[in-house]
Amino acid sequence: MSIEKSFKRLKEEGNGALISYIMGGDPQPDLTPRIAGALVEGGTDILELGIPFSDPIADGPTIQGANQRALSSGTTPLKVLELASQIKDDHDVPLVILTYYNPIFRIGPKKFFDMAKKSKVDGVIVPDLPVEEAQDYKPIADTHGLDTIFLASPSTTIDRLEKIIKYTSGFLYLVSLFGVTGAREKLQQSTIYIIKKFLPYTAGRIPLAVGFGISQPHHIKSIIEAGADGAIVGSAFVEMIKRSRYDVNMMLNGIRRYASELKRATILKSK
Amino acid sequence: MKEFTNNPLDGKYGKYGGRFVPETLMSAVLELEKAYSSLKKDPDFKEELEYYLSEYAGRPTPLYFAKNLTEKVGGAKIYLKREDLLHGGAHKINNTMGQALMAKRMGKTRVIAETGAGQHGVATAIACAVLGLKAEIYMGKEDIERQKLNVFRMNLLNAKVHPVESGSMTLKDSINEALRDWVTNIQTTYYLIGSVVGPHPYPMIVRDFQSVIGREIKAQIMKKENGLPDALVACVGGGSNAMGTFYPFLNDPSVKLYGVEAAGHGIESGKHAASLCAGYEGVLHGMLTYFLQDEHGQICTTHSISAGLDYPGVGPEHSFLKAKGRAEYKSVTDDKAVEAFLELSKTEGIVPALEPSHSLAFAIELAGTMKKDDLIVLTLSGRGDKDVQVVADYLKVKV
Ligand SMILES: Cc1ncc(COP(=O)(O)O)c(C=O)c1O
Repeated sequence: MSIEKSFKRLKEEGNGALISYIMGGDPQPDLTPRIAGALVEGGTDILELGIPFSDPIADGPTIQGANQRALSSGTTPLKVLELASQIKDDHDVPLVILTYYNPIFRIGPKKFFDMAKKSKVDGVIVPDLPVEEAQDYKPIADTHGLDTIFLASPSTTIDRLEKIIKYTSGFLYLVSLFGVTGAREKLQQSTIYIIKKFLPYTAGRIPLAVGFGISQPHHIKSIIEAGADGAIVGSAFVEMIKRSRYDVNMMLNGIRRYASELKRATILKSK
Repeated sequence: MKEFTNNPLDGKYGKYGGRFVPETLMSAVLELEKAYSSLKKDPDFKEELEYYLSEYAGRPTPLYFAKNLTEKVGGAKIYLKREDLLHGGAHKINNTMGQALMAKRMGKTRVIAETGAGQHGVATAIACAVLGLKAEIYMGKEDIERQKLNVFRMNLLNAKVHPVESGSMTLKDSINEALRDWVTNIQTTYYLIGSVVGPHPYPMIVRDFQSVIGREIKAQIMKKENGLPDALVACVGGGSNAMGTFYPFLNDPSVKLYGVEAAGHGIESGKHAASLCAGYEGVLHGMLTYFLQDEHGQICTTHSISAGLDYPGVGPEHSFLKAKGRAEYKSVTDDKAVEAFLELSKTEGIVPALEPSHSLAFAIELAGTMKKDDLIVLTLSGRGDKDVQVVADYLKVKV
């Protein structure tokens, strides 16, 4: 299934998307397809798979730890693409790769997208690649038919938002707050404000998914009620993986259960 | 038309540079660019900066003819640009004073900075203290262990030092952590970066503030020798003292430019910090430039006896000058740098910092191949007091 179809189906049902992030190769590459399986069984609509990087500047301590564990387990960008391919063979779920730009740049954008395409990857998110620097990247991604998911943030002006939407396909990734990734207890009131501010510009053009700090069912309920099309959860899963990394069954059960709890929060009965 | 112009289009020097930053930081770098382009033209700002540089920091610095060293080497005349005599003991204050004044005028109350050995941290703390700004410095836990005295010095200067425990716990991780702080606090916080690195407009701003070095050299050498130098030599960590030295001479093709990187235990050993000499193009810290990295794009940890050169990347304008063939980049090992450190201390009574000891080693070699009426200017970017213990340890001398 493509990202677009997935959002379309959810929209028809009146529900939001649960987009779940894990780091490829954390804690071990062979566990990644099983963790992904648990996420999908729990109700994940779109899977985000990370490529580990030595210098993850947009990430808080939780996902920094995932980067280091994955690098220590010998995970390379190619390995993550292999894992993606395996996951796509097992599950009919849209899969996007999340990576900093340097691994793509080092491999070469053309070669990277060739390999991503072969691995049946549906889209790519690059948190340190703003649209101004995507002149080479965007046309290559387009030729390969992969979605380019760009980010917008609370500091994005409407002018920039328009420009970003032009470069974006699949969904627009709205960063919910000023800061780095990491679970937060409370949803900031400003997150709801920014969703409502951007919705008139995205509605009917591109699905809007909200990430950073989203970790609990009540966060998801609030942002879907505010009109967002999806919620992105990363650090909460990564934290569970880290905590239960020596007991795989407990890890998989826990992840399946938590994903289904989060998924329930995307379903709006009143819609 | 001049080949090298001042304002890069879209922050690009050829293909190098740019602003590869998370979207949240985009507004901050655009705000900074706007503020800088108006302050640059503001006579009041210029006057205030000049006031602090001359009355407080000690500019202009002398251009000293190193007669003893020149005679000993027996080649080109070697001049030393004495940035080591500045307040704080290094060229760093040219930049921190300029940026701290900008922060103040932009209405930012809190200044953050990264530091490796602590030199930029100290220079930031100094500038913030005198201007009444709050300074918070990110410093790798490994570096804190190695440079306890500089940590205390920053505390004396009323700055807060945050230990960085992520990644390799060194300079590159401190930059990562400063960027994470900035993304969280962009409304109140000014990020005062320490070299000609980072997203546009930082490489341009830092270069402009450091260009006072090259401008003074030009005026001083014209007066003393009635002509331009034949070669300029400077060490390259991130590349700020070198860029500041080179920039006013870019359009003087007769002046050869040499940047000297740290070869650590030797390039073959893999334990070095020579990004331009032995790295690959990559993207990190907001810029496209040369980085030491593996085949998968993971950034390497570096080694140099001089903490100030211990960075796995380099300012994008240097990558551009390398591509254009306008500057040449060399590397010098720990061993050769210490030799030069000892040499200058003995022959001229000047204890240089270990960073410019690298460029000094190359300058001595270069002078030997040149004619007696040729002129070399070496930028002595800092004094060596901070390195006395390191050199004693290296020589296995107990002090
Ligand atoms: C004395 C001295 N020289 C040189 C450097 C290297 O920095 P840059 O290459 O930006 O001049 C440092 C950095 O700490 C330094 O302290």
